[in-house]
Amino acid sequence: MGAKAVGQSLPHDSAKLHVSGLAAYTDDLPEPRDLLHVAVGMSAKAHARVRRIDLTAVAAATGVIDTCVAGEIPGENNCGPIIHDEQILAADVAEYVGHALFAVAAETVDQARKATRLARVDYEELEAILDPLQAVAKKSFVLPSETLRRGDPEQAIANAPHRLKRLLHLGGQDQFYLEGHIAMAIPQEDDGLLVYSSTQHPDEVQHLVAAATGRPVKNVVCICRRMGGAFGGKESQAATIACIAAIMASKTGRACKLRLDRDDDMIMTGKRHDFVIEYEVGFGDDGRIHGVDFMFASRCGISADLSGPVNDRTMFHCDNAYFLENVNIVSHRCKTNTVSNTAFRGFGGPQGMHAIEYVIDDIARSLQLDPLAVRRRNFYGIHERNVTPYQQVVEDNIIGEIFDQLESDAAYVERRSAIREFNGTSPVLKRGIAMTPVKFGISFTATHLNQAGALVHVYRDGTVHLNHGGTEMGQGLFIKVAQVAADELGVSVDKIRINASDTSKVPNASATAASSGSDMNGKAAQMACAKIRARLTEFAARHYSVAESQIEFDANRVVAGKSELSFAELVRLAWQDRVQLWASGFYKTPKIHYDRSTFSGRPFFYFAYGAAVAEVIVDTLTGEYRVTRVDILHDCGDSLNPAMDIGQVEGGFIQGMGWLTAEELCWNAAGELTTHAPSTYKIPTCSDLPVDFRVQLLAHAANREDTIYRSKAVGEPPLMLALSVFHAIRDAIASPQQPLPDLQAPATPEAVLRAIEGLAS
Amino acid sequence: MGSTVKFVLDGEIIELKDVDPTRTVLQYLREYLRRTGTKEGCAEGDCGACTVVIAELNRDSDGVQLKAINSCIQFLPTLHGKQLITVESLKQKNAGLHPVQRAMVDCHGSQCGFCTPGFVMSLFALYQNNAAPSRVEIDDALAGNLCRCTGYRPIIAAANTMYELPRAGTEPLHEALLAKLEADDALHIEYGTRKFFAPTSGKELAALLTEHPKATLLAGGTDVGLWVTKQHRVLDTVIYTGRVAELRRLSANRTHIEIGAAVTLADAMDVIVEHYPALDELFRRFASPPIRNAGTLGGNIANGSPIGDSMPALMVAGTTLTLMSVDGVREVALDAFYIDYQVKDLKPGEFIALIRIPLPAKNVILHSHKLSKRFDQDISAVCSAYRLELDGQRVASFAMACGGMAATIRRASHCEAALNGQPWNAASIEKAMLALADDFAPISDMRASADYRLRAAQNLLRRFYLETTGELGQSVYRYGR
Repeated sequence: MGAKAVGQSLPHDSAKLHVSGLAAYTDDLPEPRDLLHVAVGMSAKAHARVRRIDLTAVAAATGVIDTCVAGEIPGENNCGPIIHDEQILAADVAEYVGHALFAVAAETVDQARKATRLARVDYEELEAILDPLQAVAKKSFVLPSETLRRGDPEQAIANAPHRLKRLLHLGGQDQFYLEGHIAMAIPQEDDGLLVYSSTQHPDEVQHLVAAATGRPVKNVVCICRRMGGAFGGKESQAATIACIAAIMASKTGRACKLRLDRDDDMIMTGKRHDFVIEYEVGFGDDGRIHGVDFMFASRCGISADLSGPVNDRTMFHCDNAYFLENVNIVSHRCKTNTVSNTAFRGFGGPQGMHAIEYVIDDIARSLQLDPLAVRRRNFYGIHERNVTPYQQVVEDNIIGEIFDQLESDAAYVERRSAIREFNGTSPVLKRGIAMTPVKFGISFTATHLNQAGALVHVYRDGTVHLNHGGTEMGQGLFIKVAQVAADELGVSVDKIRINASDTSKVPNASATAASSGSDMNGKAAQMACAKIRARLTEFAARHYSVAESQIEFDANRVVAGKSELSFAELVRLAWQDRVQLWASGFYKTPKIHYDRSTFSGRPFFYFAYGAAVAEVIVDTLTGEYRVTRVDILHDCGDSLNPAMDIGQVEGGFIQGMGWLTAEELCWNAAGELTTHAPSTYKIPTCSDLPVDFRVQLLAHAANREDTIYRSKAVGEPPLMLALSVFHAIRDAIASPQQPLPDLQAPATPEAVLRAIEGLAS
Repeated sequence: MGSTVKFVLDGEIIELKDVDPTRTVLQYLREYLRRTGTKEGCAEGDCGACTVVIAELNRDSDGVQLKAINSCIQFLPTLHGKQLITVESLKQKNAGLHPVQRAMVDCHGSQCGFCTPGFVMSLFALYQNNAAPSRVEIDDALAGNLCRCTGYRPIIAAANTMYELPRAGTEPLHEALLAKLEADDALHIEYGTRKFFAPTSGKELAALLTEHPKATLLAGGTDVGLWVTKQHRVLDTVIYTGRVAELRRLSANRTHIEIGAAVTLADAMDVIVEHYPALDELFRRFASPPIRNAGTLGGNIANGSPIGDSMPALMVAGTTLTLMSVDGVREVALDAFYIDYQVKDLKPGEFIALIRIPLPAKNVILHSHKLSKRFDQDISAVCSAYRLELDGQRVASFAMACGGMAATIRRASHCEAALNGQPWNAASIEKAMLALADDFAPISDMRASADYRLRAAQNLLRRFYLETTGELGQSVYRYGR
């Protein structure tokens, strides 16, 4: 047997192109000769009736070819992905600062953007709701509130020896993909429209563009070779951009490109939901939770977008790795006059986990126990205490093993005592340490989305064309699926051409999201390759008159009994024998079922686990801090590609750290986002990397479920490992004066100093 | 005086006539040349996706100076006399990769790949300029490049690995061609009704400014660039200071450091830190290398932002400005230069020619603290600077200035008065901290609340005190690094 591709740390399939500047993103594609550039005119008011939009000066501006307001859209004015509650261009009422009101197409980008500023919009201002608590008070919701209950939490809390309550504010987060939103729509003959879009969901772009331009879906093709980052931000939001480009292409009959300026991108497109969380917990002397009550109120913005499933996931993950016997979870999906929030890596899960980790930390601090011990005491059991509040049995619980190994590898106990000693003699600088777990459910909670397709062609020279419904946003999906296909066909990865996601190759694909990309597309590709291999096997057995069991494919060679030939040669012979050399594959995730009306079932095929130990040092005069060391142990099952998986773990962790530390979204009293560029919105830089950063993947960790090569999904779970940093900061600043510091996230230096000094936030 | 912009690109001298003077280098690359390797991430010089390297012949010595800059806010005519190196320039004749690129592939330094060409160019500049960088130097070199995917660890690994690989077969530098450029030419571009001047002497500059009193003075373009890319302003007349010989001088005599107004922040800081080593941290955290390589100290001062980071320290150091116009020169103290928000003691036709910083006297402690949400490349919530002269245990003189605390950068006179002549001890500091509240009534914005600004400025003064007494060791910024 030759070396298998699966399990190898192969580089990203586009690595050489990336470093050479040759990887083409949507804005790098050759531009059609007649291309127009589109810009969007936005609302300056948070909530206003739009009495009149006067575009006279816009239309007369240099280079402007056409403009469009809501009434001129040829098809349906909708870009809501699940519920049709969001307009592409606001028709009568502007609902947030940045709401798209009109579009302009001009000969150059500059001309289009300049022209948008010449519009005269007559607003009649209406009262605006700008924060979640205000929305709760006014019962302003995008979707009905939901409740998930088990046991008798009120009684359990009332009877518990100890009780605590807290109000938490938890900030949102901008995805800050380096490539902003972009789409180019090119009219084709006979009513066709080709759309290049930076999207995680080409299928949805295809369908919404078809509806917006009044075409049957068959006339629209959407293609995406790669995105310059997405992180959930291009799951539903890309469609709005593509629809506007497509509408202008339909109106003008010319190719149209819309590339958002960074500031406009941050103002116009949705982010991670910020939350207000209230909890009350009752617990025993040992720190075990007897009952807990959660209220979650999230800023959904003006429309439902993906807020339903995002907030459902918050409810599903406010247990994290802990058994909550008596629990009440209320979730409000608040309608606010701010941009419609959307998917972001973790998809509501991080907010739920933040809540329960804060509960655990509070319990430990109030009992003066090590939080690590309290975490262990509340973990799900293996055979008992193993059912989630939504009635899924946790069958694959390995959090205890992970904690044991990491506690020892990271020398947690020794370091905790060293820190105590240091803090005793250091009045200004204080160190802190925390170890936190992650248990993250893998699958789309909407069961029907858990399906995927692939298309594999073998050409007569033995090379392979691979397509599947997944999209590449940097996560390494394409190389992982190519590794699967290579092993299934017994060829080397270099024989495989990985192609752009294309709705004309694989239809009806789900978004590449929910960490499920390689699980689902890997299986679909495996299925397609298996069909081709079976046909080649049948042919080879016939051709060489040997049993099918005598046929082996490996390392670009095929052995047929005593004969051996190259894969290419076999393919040529098979073609001459009229064997079909292409196939499609289809996969649907087994075992999952879920009844949303009762919030019960098995929404997740399996869970991914991990843990992190973070250590920080804080300057208690200013609230500044540095993350000095982080140890991570993460479960990727049997990794398809350890280099890609480590990349996801490290990158996800740092992104989560940004969310909980320096990344702060601010709105002013007029509802304007004041942090809409990298000058004001601060994602981590190079020097924010922990001084000492140690990441390992859990060894011998084959997934108990039959996933692709027993691997586990890795896109989202590591983000939540960063909760360790937040709690390490809290550990550092806890003092006899502030034993339970009121630290709010993001823990900017200002938030840290407020917590140290006991000031209200 | 020529009207043709001349620069070197990939072994050729490019000559451009009829250049739109405010077209950015990035627009030229992507839209005109269709060289799409260089990316736009933010169009404001804050993400680094557009990073390219500029090579210039050293003026005072042999060899070439290489600098990473942000092409998204650099106007095309400022390339005149220089070499432009982009990610495509690293292409090897044998179709292989440059060691910087090879290291990025080997270390899995790219995921989505969009920031990667910018990182490659910052790493290329580091590779050329520093044969064995420390981890802190690597962090500093990459502080202007944002990556949202990798978390940076593999990129830092690449920055170490690149030195272990065989050197490139094809070197992208073209020193001989650079020498051929007639780089001392003044430049005068007429583009429709718009004009661009790049004079070469102070006298010329003064005359042009008198003739065009409404002209925009362009130095590094790290602010003016955004007027064009973000505010879509049309700049009718631009006068570029970057080629004025007197404004590019940098020297230290027995009493002063003298910095021409067009000297880059990077070059100016090197000299300042030599004499005021305590300012090292401030200057490492000041903007990012591509901004410091383009932006000028003169521009930072002339811009007069209330959150400019250079001014508090320069103010307490006793810096003066030499202002020039056709009428001659005059000297003004920096702490008298800012009159009100965006109002300066600068007459029409006048420009800053020289920044004169006194060398530190013996027994003087000068220090500055920068406070921001993020350590690197972030605008300050508060930036404080102190100059302390002790006579035994008594304060002989104390000066303090703050940024981020008022409409202008200014001295903290109440706080200074509370300390001057007092014993240098904790009780005096407590009083001075209280006095600071009489000096400043800061505003709340997205960087910090008014409360925090004042509280933190008070605490920073305490930190300064503890640093002078040795009670506070390493800062958290430096901790463990």
